[in-house]
Amino acid sequence: MAANPATATAASPAASPARIPVTVLTGFLGSGKTTLLNRILTEDHGKRYAVIVNEFGEVGIDADLLVDTDEEVFEMNNGCICCTVRGDLIRTVENLLKRKGAFDAILVETTGLADPAPVAQTFFMDDTVRAAAALDSVVAVADAKHLALRFADSKEAVDQIAFADAILLNKTDLVTPAELAEIERAIRAINPFATIHRTERCAIALDKVLDRGSFDLERILTLDPEFLHGEDHHHDHDHDDPNHVHGPDCGHDHHDHDHHHHDDHHHHDHVAAAGITSVSLTAGDLDPDRFFAWIGRITQEQGPNILRLKGILALKNDEDRYVLQGVHMIVEGDHQRPFKPGEPRLSRLVFIGRDLDPKALEAGFAACAA
Amino acid sequence: MPPAPPEPAASRVATVSKVRVAVAEHALGAYVIAAEFLAGRPAFALGDGTVRLELGGVLETVRTHPTALLAAALSQDGATLYAGGDDGRLVAVHPDGTTEERAAVGRIWIDQVATGPNGAIGFAGGRNAWVIRPDGVLKTFAHPRSVGGVAFAPKGLRLAVARYDGATLWWAGTEAPAQQLEWKGMHAGITWSPDGKFLVTAMQENALHGWRVADGRHMRMTGYPAKVRSLSWSPKGRFLASAGANAAVLWPFHYKDGPMGRPPLELGYRDVFATRVACHPEDDVVAIGYIDGAIDAARIEDAAVVRLREPDGSPLSALAWDAEGGRLAFGGEGGAAGVIDLAG
Repeated sequence: MAANPATATAASPAASPARIPVTVLTGFLGSGKTTLLNRILTEDHGKRYAVIVNEFGEVGIDADLLVDTDEEVFEMNNGCICCTVRGDLIRTVENLLKRKGAFDAILVETTGLADPAPVAQTFFMDDTVRAAAALDSVVAVADAKHLALRFADSKEAVDQIAFADAILLNKTDLVTPAELAEIERAIRAINPFATIHRTERCAIALDKVLDRGSFDLERILTLDPEFLHGEDHHHDHDHDDPNHVHGPDCGHDHHDHDHHHHDDHHHHDHVAAAGITSVSLTAGDLDPDRFFAWIGRITQEQGPNILRLKGILALKNDEDRYVLQGVHMIVEGDHQRPFKPGEPRLSRLVFIGRDLDPKALEAGFAACAA
Repeated sequence: MPPAPPEPAASRVATVSKVRVAVAEHALGAYVIAAEFLAGRPAFALGDGTVRLELGGVLETVRTHPTALLAAALSQDGATLYAGGDDGRLVAVHPDGTTEERAAVGRIWIDQVATGPNGAIGFAGGRNAWVIRPDGVLKTFAHPRSVGGVAFAPKGLRLAVARYDGATLWWAGTEAPAQQLEWKGMHAGITWSPDGKFLVTAMQENALHGWRVADGRHMRMTGYPAKVRSLSWSPKGRFLASAGANAAVLWPFHYKDGPMGRPPLELGYRDVFATRVACHPEDDVVAIGYIDGAIDAARIEDAAVVRLREPDGSPLSALAWDAEGGRLAFGGEGGAAGVIDLAG
């Protein structure tokens, strides 16, 4: 059920600026997720959050708008096996809407073992929720010391990293610089597009993770396409280019770190086993008819394998940048803002998924050029 | 994904005539959960945890919950309004503006309330549903996952609970085993036909599902472009009116097999979605509230439509007739609420 994004935009209140921003927080128990959550609940950041936590969580604060729910994932009756959503989330958001004005933003915490797809899909699939709230970003909190082990034993850990717009790599004080570099390489092998923040005890300015708007999306434009292209993403990168970890626009601290080559086959094997691939595609102006037909077909055919897709597009005869995001078979698009004077009319589309065929995607995307 | 609204077919757009009605309207500043007539007195239950009672054009504020009221239902005798809140309390509001706590079930959001025969009260929050029996006993019904809606059978102390993958029919007065009706998916909202023969749920998908209670036979009512959030039975249960489309969709239930194989009526067709429907208590007329705040009334016999309230841009969220069918109470998500007096 991939909607034609052009139609969805025209027909829905998606463009309404009044949609409440939603931040999704993923991460395993012990990653520091609860520490971050407690900070968000107690610190003065100028926003009132309705916080939806899972009932097995450890949040120690009784906030006004703290709701605990049980994650009730169910399949939509639309014949699409990957269209799973969270019923509890739909109900909670519907109830929150009855007290409009009591909060400015929504934060959803997921259990450590949660598949991040259903929570994200809820914000695309349910009309009521979608009209009222918009997914702002998916933030994964990861434990620098134990993430490699998680990758080894948990598909969910890999999925959470693959899904994230931003990753808080926490407990960096507990690992050596070399170990840290290695785990970042493992993360990058799964998700080269997310912003990585290195933290200790989740010490990060909250505006780096909350209410990001499209800030994290912009990162897909700042990545060097030459770097992303031509790599075998089933395996890790072979070179030491520090930019693949610290791009100039990453916005995180530049720690000193070594680029020793460790024997990291252990991690690579698991990433390879997970089969996570990322593909970045670049073009100039796109023909909208051809592009939407193509992206509709790709998401129909390969939806179950596509974890995330994101794009910033230049559509022919359209002065606005068109932003696109998707989860599995669902794609949502919207006009974002006019291209600035002198801003290159560039289309960039990135996929993170399993068993993607970069060559076929490249060819299909190239055929959409105006 | 939200479907594209169909092109308004000019031929299908009903001719709307205007009638003289008196509309008394207030700006209440909070989401209107329910608009009812409490012993004849207009009563608006609001998301901010208050009920506003009207008397002679003046509103009295009755606080039922510290922060949020999530669901409300009028008793069948019309003399008590029951309100559930995010503090796990079910509060009765009396026509004189006094309140009385009827149940407190802990840290649970009570987001479903239903009333039944002989003063029975049902409510739900999270995975539990409760019934306060006429003898005052509070009975708890547990489910594996969240409850989507509750409704009493027209006779007997029997509560139907919409849940994931179907509905459960509990006996509240005896220990008789529950009846399970299965249909895959998330069911939210439930209603029993006035003769007790059919049970209908509103699904997460844009569809209704029905069962013949006697044998569990399925009925699928599909084709809605939006979720069905409002259901209402016409007098004697001849039609089930529903929102969720560019018109009120009325399924015929006066045939032996219910609406099986028969097309529904579509009344009050507009280019925006209907969000609320309320059938007149005596006549074959349905009041329809739309997503733009407009209210129309449509006659079932000839599909004639009259405009009762002009749109204000905010979705209509509550709509109910008084017992005589002379007045219509309404409310919107944006806090507009009022009474339309059809006697003018």
